[in-house]
Formats: sequence, structure tokens, C-alpha cells
Amino acid sequence: MAYLELQELRRAFGPVVALDGINVSMERGEFLSLLGPSGCGKTTALRLVAGFDRPDGGSIVIDGKDLTRVSPSRRDMGMVFQAYSLFPNMTAEQNVEFGLRIRKNRRAARRKRVGELLELVGLGHAGKRYPHQLSGGMQQRVALARALAIEPRVLLLDEPLSALDAKVRVQLREEIRRIQTQLGITTLYVTHDQEEALSVSDHVAVMWSGRIEQIGTPSEMYSAPATPFVAEFIGTMNRLEAVVVDGESGEVEHAGTRLTVDAARGRSRGERVLVLVRPELLELEPSTNGVGGDNNLTGEVSTHTFLGSVTRLKILGREAELIADLPTARVDSLPVGLPVVAHVPVTGTRLLSLGEGPASDEPDPGDR
Amino acid sequence: MRRRWIAPSAVVWLLVAAAFFLIPLIALLLFSLKSIQTGKCCSGAAYSYVIDDPQFLDTIRLSFQLSLETIAISLLLFVPTVYWVHLKLPRFRPVLGFIALVPFVVPPIVLVVGLLDLYKGAPEWFYAKPYGFLAAAYVILAFPYMFFALDAGFRSIDVHTLTEASQSLGASWLTTLVRVILPNIRVAALGGSFLTLAIVMGEFTMASLSAFRTFPTYIQRVNESQPYAAAALSLLSFLIVWVAMLALLFVGRGRPRPAQLAATR
Amino acid sequence: MHQPYLDQYWLTIKISLITAGAGCVLGLAIAYAVIREGTPRFLRTILTTFSGVAANFAGIPLAFAFIATLGTIGIVTTFMRDHLGFDPYAHGFNLFTQTGVELTYMYFQIPLMILVIAPAIDGLRQEWREAASNLGASSWQFWRHVGIPVLLPSILGAFILLFGNSFSAYATAYGLAGNGVFLIPITIGFYYSGNVLSDPHLAQALAFGMFVVLAVMMLLYIPLHRRSARWMR
Repeated sequence: MAYLELQELRRAFGPVVALDGINVSMERGEFLSLLGPSGCGKTTALRLVAGFDRPDGGSIVIDGKDLTRVSPSRRDMGMVFQAYSLFPNMTAEQNVEFGLRIRKNRRAARRKRVGELLELVGLGHAGKRYPHQLSGGMQQRVALARALAIEPRVLLLDEPLSALDAKVRVQLREEIRRIQTQLGITTLYVTHDQEEALSVSDHVAVMWSGRIEQIGTPSEMYSAPATPFVAEFIGTMNRLEAVVVDGESGEVEHAGTRLTVDAARGRSRGERVLVLVRPELLELEPSTNGVGGDNNLTGEVSTHTFLGSVTRLKILGREAELIADLPTARVDSLPVGLPVVAHVPVTGTRLLSLGEGPASDEPDPGDR
Repeated sequence: MRRRWIAPSAVVWLLVAAAFFLIPLIALLLFSLKSIQTGKCCSGAAYSYVIDDPQFLDTIRLSFQLSLETIAISLLLFVPTVYWVHLKLPRFRPVLGFIALVPFVVPPIVLVVGLLDLYKGAPEWFYAKPYGFLAAAYVILAFPYMFFALDAGFRSIDVHTLTEASQSLGASWLTTLVRVILPNIRVAALGGSFLTLAIVMGEFTMASLSAFRTFPTYIQRVNESQPYAAAALSLLSFLIVWVAMLALLFVGRGRPRPAQLAATR
Repeated sequence: MHQPYLDQYWLTIKISLITAGAGCVLGLAIAYAVIREGTPRFLRTILTTFSGVAANFAGIPLAFAFIATLGTIGIVTTFMRDHLGFDPYAHGFNLFTQTGVELTYMYFQIPLMILVIAPAIDGLRQEWREAASNLGASSWQFWRHVGIPVLLPSILGAFILLFGNSFSAYATAYGLAGNGVFLIPITIGFYYSGNVLSDPHLAQALAFGMFVVLAVMMLLYIPLHRRSARWMR
């Protein structure tokens, strides 16, 4: 039975529909990320769950109880905001203690719990400091401890790492995950950073324009995106617009070249599709090597982008720009301006349908 | 996106505030329309009394001229001073700020008593004329408001860069001040000026004690014989301040406003 | 110093404390109502402009406005008499006494408070309110533990400003009751402009006394302010 459920949640601000009837179902102890670009509705959804806003339609159910009408102070959820949420007039300890004071716990029990939590987030020594004396990363740790102090049944995080430095971000997200797993607390996490979402979540829900495009495990989202938007948003993809020539053999035509891809099997002739190839799967060879064979696209190397252990090459093909990720050691033999051949693997690619019939500016394959 | 509904407690407070602040103004209006015979609405008698009274124009003209004089003297004195302090003596700025607070803190009643005493031996043309003594007193009174407005204006521009650029192009100090600096602090100067206008047009204490016939003292005198006319004049006084504030708002669109907007008591 | 003057100092101080306190509370409530999240933006501009006007409107015209409202034949007074069957003057209310002066002073004290506290309220982050609510706090608990403590340094400053403003007020009181209200500023004016009794030296001595009172208030304010802003340093 699902622990946290969002049922047909709807919210509009005047003419703008921020959430268009979304459905999410989470198990107890699960870590789910709402991932998407700005304005997709993810923060709106989170705020509805927290109770800072009322939905126009739908409901929020936790452990079988409908919380849609309950005020935020009675929902028993812990929230970590993006920034600035620590009370400036209280020390870290006093901040963490706040929820417990409101609940009128005994002083000794409060002190003990505060101490435990600050240790848990690695700030046992900094308890007496005021927020303005703490770094951004430390402040967010205190915010996390404060949210956890009240032993909430759900933990909500609203882009908690967006305002922090890159290195701190990576460090802190791993800690958040570690603590979450240790405590087994059901967690709803909002972010626009796909790498963040993929690295820490049990499940990811990609959102766009108020709707959920796809929900799945991180590897599902990465290797099997269900819509063009998801394919574009998660990781980098080569997107080749093509038309199916033969559904039995899996042959498609892109930019005048015939390619065979397993994923096209079972499609009908004439169907317009998007062939998705991950940059790391594209094999490159200089044209002069005289590489023959099928499934090859020709082009010219246009840029090198150094990314550390991997270098990203952009290739100007006949119709599209291709992206290939290669180990840095290899790219010296593929300088800018060199004509190359890019091999598209038969397996390991994905196919998304774009609809029936030819595109207006593409020649009808039957005419050739 | 944040919620967009008004909290009910907010509505209550706003309605109560609106009532408290608007009712006296409405009362003034109704009073000014009362007829002397019946004691009830409605008659323009109060207004015609005012219009027919030559003292009305005399006093309002005097107050207005005093405002202009105060503004002119203040700008002439303070703009170069604040400019110089910002440019050459930044460490003196807090001192100047502290001095600027003094007239703000000293009650006008005390100020006027002190000044009257101080200038007792001054020549007739200064001491006995409003354009002398009272204007000087008003310059002191308006100093804090003018200073903080100008100070904010100077802080928002890069004084050093502007001055150096101007001088490197061959301009003299005066040219720099007039052609380069002044236009850039125009908004602040205008803001301070409108504030000064409102202050001087409404200043009663010092004018009354030094026995000059300005507009506010005129209103007080009228009340002794024609209370309904005095109500009409009070309404006019309110409108003057209102216009000055709107001008201030208009001129300073989009800029943070200094909180010292109150003067007369 | 003679007893009647001490009484007058005390009366002036009392009125100043009351109007400063009430001004702080009411001004804060109104300013927060307008500036908080959810209230339309244009209301804030209206409030700031009007506060600027109201704060400057003080003086003779304000006194007349209140006489027109709550004087013996004021609009509100006659309304209450004729339509509500209730005569405030028969029940002890009088605009020309301490209470009336206090009420009139509120007209410029509240706007002054609004102008001074608005920047501080801007600094009250919405996240604090939401975080407190999320942790289980009621509105009152939020104000008690977070809102007021954060605003306290500014409130104290505003209080002193309002106190000084009220203590120094002359024109408004004069417009209300001429020389009939026993406030120190009025008395100073009385002895200085001397229609009946002219005693400039007494006036100056009383003026010096005003300085003393204001100085004492500042001396009380400084340690209080330091303590309230502890968490900022």
C-alpha cells in the first residue's frame, strides 16, 4: 500500500496552470525526486504537500489519511527550504530544538535529541553558532537536523543544494541520502539538477508544464526515456530524426543514410521517429581510415570540450550535430576539422515515435 | 509561486487603519461645508471667506517663498558640502551624519527658543524679517532631511569615477559640480526639496513663537473667529502636503525611500 | 524644581510613552498586514505615500481635523449622539484632555512607525514563517519566538523615535487646546512668547529639562538595543 499519494493534484494561478492533475505514489521509506526545469510545477507540488498552498483539485493522502485540508503546522512533515530558513535570532542548537519546544518536550530530552541530530549531520561542534556565522552548507545541515528533530513521517526538500558551491553540493547530497537511508524516512526531493536526482533517488519523476512526463528508477530514466522531453532532459542524447523504411529489419533513413537499429523493429513503414543514441555509444574513426560498413554517418569534427577524463566532441553531420564522448587520451587523433565517420550501434539505441506521415520538409523515402 | 490571497487578519487591520485615517479628513471636509447659520451642511461660505481674505494669499505666498528660499539655501550649502565629504573626506561622513541628527532630535520649540536668544543682537534686516531669521531657522530644521536625501543620492553614484573622468577631460571644479554631479543626484535633490517644501509649508511652532505670519499661523488665527473656514484651510494644508508627497513619489520612482518623512508636530 | 513643572514633565512623559507604545504596536500590525506575502503590491505604495503625508500633516491642521471629528460638535460625536444615542462627552470623554491629545497624536505616530519599521519587515523572510509553521508553531508562537525577537532592535529604535516625536510635539497640542493643556512644550512657548507672563529664562530652563529627559531615554535605549541585537554580531 502506498504511503504517500498525490491524487490528481491540480493547481492554477489565474490562467496559468501550474499543476495539471498529477499522480504520484510513494512507498514508506522511499526517496523520490521531482525533477524538471524552472516553472514545471515541482515546487508547487511540494508546497501543496507541505500545506503552504491549497490545491484546486485532487488530494494528498498519507498512510491512508487525507491531509488536503489540514493546516501545515499539523501535517507532521519536515521541510528543508532552499535557503535562508534558519531563524537568525537563534543558535544552531536552538533552531534544531524549536520544533521540540513547540511540542513541549522536556528540556533534558530536547537537549539530548538536539545533540544527536547535530552529530548526525556532522555539526556537533558548531551548535552554539548563529546562522550568519555558518557557511551555506552548514546552514543547510542545520536545516536538515531541524526538520528531522520532530521525527516527521515525511521529509520534504525544496532544492536544498541549489544555493551551494558545486563541491559542497556533491558532498551534501550524498550525506542527505545516507541519513535518509539510515533513518528510513519517506522523502520527497525537488531539484532541477538531473545528475543530483539520478545519483540519490530510488525513483525519479520528470515534470514539465505541470505534468509528469515519466516516473521510474534512475537507470530506467537514463536508458529508456519515454518521451522526447525526458530524453533531452536526462543526460545528453543524440537525436536523429528518421523515417522507418522497413519495420521487420529495423531499417530507418536519416539524412539520406540508411541505418539499422533494433529498436525500430516492429514499427510501421513511414513512421516518423527519433533515434536516440547516447554520446558514449557513438564510435568515431577518421574518414581516411577507409572504414566501410553500415550504420555510419559522416561529418566533420567542429569542437572539443574537455570534461576531465572524457572529452566531448561535436561533429557537424549532414543534417544534425552529433555529440560523441571519448576518453581524453584518444581525441588527439581526431582534431578539429577532420572528416570522420560515426558508427551508430545496432543495439543500445532507443526509438521514440514522432507521429505518422512524412514531415513537410523531408523527401518522401518512396521517391528515391 | 507564492499564494496570492490576503490573510483575513490583514484585511481587518487595513480596514481599521483606513477608517482611522480617513474619517478626520472627511470630518474636515464636512465641517468646511457647514453653514454658520444652521450649523449643518452645506454652504460654501467658509471657502468664500478664505478666498476673499487678502491675508490668505499673503500668508500662503510668504510660506511658499520661504520654502523656496530654504530649499535654495539648503541646496547651495549642502550639495557642495556632501559632495566634498564623499569625495575627499569619507571619514568625516559619519560625523556629518551625527550632526545632521541634532536638529532632528532637538524639539522645534527648544530650537526656536535657543535661536531667538542666539540671534538677539543680530541686525534688524535679519532678525525681524522672515526671509532672514525664519529662513535660517528652517534651513537648520530641514537639514537632516536634506542631508539624508542627498547622502543617499551621493552614495548611489560613483563620485570618484565621475569626478576623475570629468577632470581628465579638462573640466573645472565648478563645471564638474554643475554639469556632471548635479544631474546625477537630481532625484535625491528633488526628493529632499519636496520634503523641505512640505515641512516649511506646515511649520507652525517656530513661526508662531517668532511672531511671523506664515500660512500655518494664519490658519490658527482664522480658527479664533471662523472655525469652519479654518477647517477648509486645514484641508488645503493637507492637500499641499499630499501633492508634495506625490511629487516625491513620482520623482523617486523605483528608488528606496528614506524613512525620515515626518517633521512637523 | 517646582512641583507643577514636575507634574507637567511627568504628564508629557506619560503621554509620550503611551503614544509611542501604542504607535509601535498598531504601526507594526498595519505595516505587517500590508507588506506580508499575499497582499497586493499597490497597497504598499498607497500606505507609504499616505504615511508620509499623515506623518507630515501633524500640527494645527491635524488638531482642527480631530476637533471636527471628535470635538463637542464634531462629526463623529454628533453621529454618536443622534444615531447611537450615546454621548461620549456625557461619559467623561473630552478631546481637550490627555486622552484626546493621545488619540490625536496617534494620527502621526502610527504612520511614522510604519515608515520606520517597513524596511525591517521587508527583512522578515517568508521562509521563517513557513519553517515555523512546518515545525508545528502557531502564528502567535512564530511571533513570540522568531518574529518579535528579530524585529526587536528596530522596534526599540522606532520606540525611541516615537517617544521623542511625541515629547517634542507643540503645534498639535497647541491647536487642540491652546495653552490649556499642561505639556512642557506648550509651557515653554507660553513663557517665551509671554502674553501674560513672560519669563524667557524659565522657558530656557524648562527647555534644558527637555534635553535631560531625552538624554535619559537615549541612555536607557543603548544597552537595551545592544542586548536585543546580540544574535546579529
